[in-house]
Amino acid sequence: MTEAWILALPIGIPLTTMALCTLLQRQALAQRLVSITGSAALLASSLLLLATTYDGTVIATQFGDWPAPFGISFVADLLATAMVVITGLMAMTVAIHALVDGARERERAWFHPLYHGLLLGVTGAFLTGDIFNLYVWFEIMLISSFGLLIQGGRSEQLDAGVKYVVLNLLVTTLFLMGVGFLYGLTGTLNMADLATVIPQLENQGLVKTLAVLFLMCFGAKAAVFPLFFWLPAAYHTASAPIMAIFAALLTKVGVYAMLRVFTLPFGSILEFIGPPIGWIAGLTMITGVLGAAAQFDMRRILSFHIISQIGYMLIGLAVATPLALGGSVLYVLHHIIVKANLFLIAGAVQRAAGSYHLGSIGGVHRSAPFLTLLFVVPALSLAGLPPLSGFWAKFTVVRSSLEAGHAVLGAVALAVGLLTLYSMLKIWNEAFWKQASRLSDAAARRWHADPHLKLAMLAPILVLASLTLTIGLWPEPFVDFSVRAAGQMLDGEAYARAVLNQTLPPAGGHPQ
Amino acid sequence: MQALYATAFGCMLAAALYLLMSRNLLRMVLGMLLLGNSVNLAIFISGRLSSHVPPLVPLGELVLAASANPLPQALILTAIVISFSLVAFTVVLFERAGCALGTTDPDAMREAEPPKLVIDPPPRAEGERP
Repeated sequence: MTEAWILALPIGIPLTTMALCTLLQRQALAQRLVSITGSAALLASSLLLLATTYDGTVIATQFGDWPAPFGISFVADLLATAMVVITGLMAMTVAIHALVDGARERERAWFHPLYHGLLLGVTGAFLTGDIFNLYVWFEIMLISSFGLLIQGGRSEQLDAGVKYVVLNLLVTTLFLMGVGFLYGLTGTLNMADLATVIPQLENQGLVKTLAVLFLMCFGAKAAVFPLFFWLPAAYHTASAPIMAIFAALLTKVGVYAMLRVFTLPFGSILEFIGPPIGWIAGLTMITGVLGAAAQFDMRRILSFHIISQIGYMLIGLAVATPLALGGSVLYVLHHIIVKANLFLIAGAVQRAAGSYHLGSIGGVHRSAPFLTLLFVVPALSLAGLPPLSGFWAKFTVVRSSLEAGHAVLGAVALAVGLLTLYSMLKIWNEAFWKQASRLSDAAARRWHADPHLKLAMLAPILVLASLTLTIGLWPEPFVDFSVRAAGQMLDGEAYARAVLNQTLPPAGGHPQ
Repeated sequence: MQALYATAFGCMLAAALYLLMSRNLLRMVLGMLLLGNSVNLAIFISGRLSSHVPPLVPLGELVLAASANPLPQALILTAIVISFSLVAFTVVLFERAGCALGTTDPDAMREAEPPKLVIDPPPRAEGERP
């Protein structure tokens, strides 16, 4: 019973917070209080989950008490737990940043209910063990993100919204079609059950076709090489906290879905799907980083870097050794922290220097030296310089691909790291190091006149930067955790046992 | 029966994709409606088509043998609700976008991604920077 509660809390808390925020829509202060409390409670519940599953036990529960292959399972293994913990952390830090810098306008446009709706969809997607249920969580996440993206209703946001909505709806509908076909083929939707049924099917050709359909759908969600166009068209039009939470969580849900689906239900054909994923990973890294090099707006540079970093996370599936998958998990965790932090920093730079556009700002190293110091940590970590978290994540991924004989993939990963450094240096030179413009001078005066703004913006950035430093200086537990999570994914036995064995249906049919 | 439904699904899917690829927001939203419904039809077919046998599990068995599987119908019900709300949102968004941007051609909407790289010269005094 307690296991059921531990699994239900990370889903129930955002749901409750969303409902309360909707009821308190008119009262700004009460709504903020509820929103912050809800985010803190989500973080606490995710840590409780971590405490339960840290030793490698997989916990599962069936919502509605129907036994396993029939009911809807919720499962937490190490991978799902890690993703939920990082979601709780992002929820907390971004909620604090969202208290300033245009908070009033956002609150009038229902920011808090939509924000917690997004978190609900994300944690649900991480914890569900049922593939149709995964589709439902995807849709909850999507509808909230639609609302968040067009907040403010400026014409560029509507333009971005059109493209984002059409492409995302298209791929989720195709995902639903894939789920329908999968059910027709196997007669089950439970992912652990699918893992036992799929290898026994006669028609393996159809299974492979479906796997490619799922690869396309999740790939579009994760913004991989030929399907990434919605991301740089949309993200940069939202405000800084919304960009940060999008960058942290949305594409990573796609990556998580790939890691889950291609190790568990489609684990038996990972050797078939691995090589195409390797190609996709390499091309994603290259196009993303080149796209970023052509941009001159901080938000758009960072958007393109999301794409290029997704490539690194897919190397694990292409190489498919425990170390490589562990590297992918570590990369996802490191990347969420660093990328959300960079978007939060971009928001702070916009306040301290007046614009996101690198051509018209400068001199932040003089006007806001502490912010400058905080920028250096995630920027160099994104490029993968030691001793920061990005170095260990890249090191694990590249080493595993070299060990498994994927030398080209490893070389591409290293070269893309260098080009990432180029983009970060561009932001450094233009925004921080260059002489201040008149626009930046005026903005810096307003920045220093508002201590509350500075505190609410810099505190989350400081927390995330220190986490990056912690992973960098003390990587051993994090690497160990990721490799253990990968072992669990590749083995799949503990997962299947937790989901299926606990409640074998009593002989004689369904329970009442 | 199966073949008829499968053909209908194929035709609907083709029409939906054709509409989605057109350069007009109204046609695109119709395409999305059609796509959602064709997918629902596909799920429906995957649960077997037969209306004579009631979907009851016989005593001592675990699976339905001959009758239509009711689970895909439950899935479709969920999917209909979701796609209805999402299409409702999309219609409003497209209406607002069409009004604000003055066009219904998504290719002509370049507000978020301007076609030329705009590099505005930074406002700075002369000789400030070498």
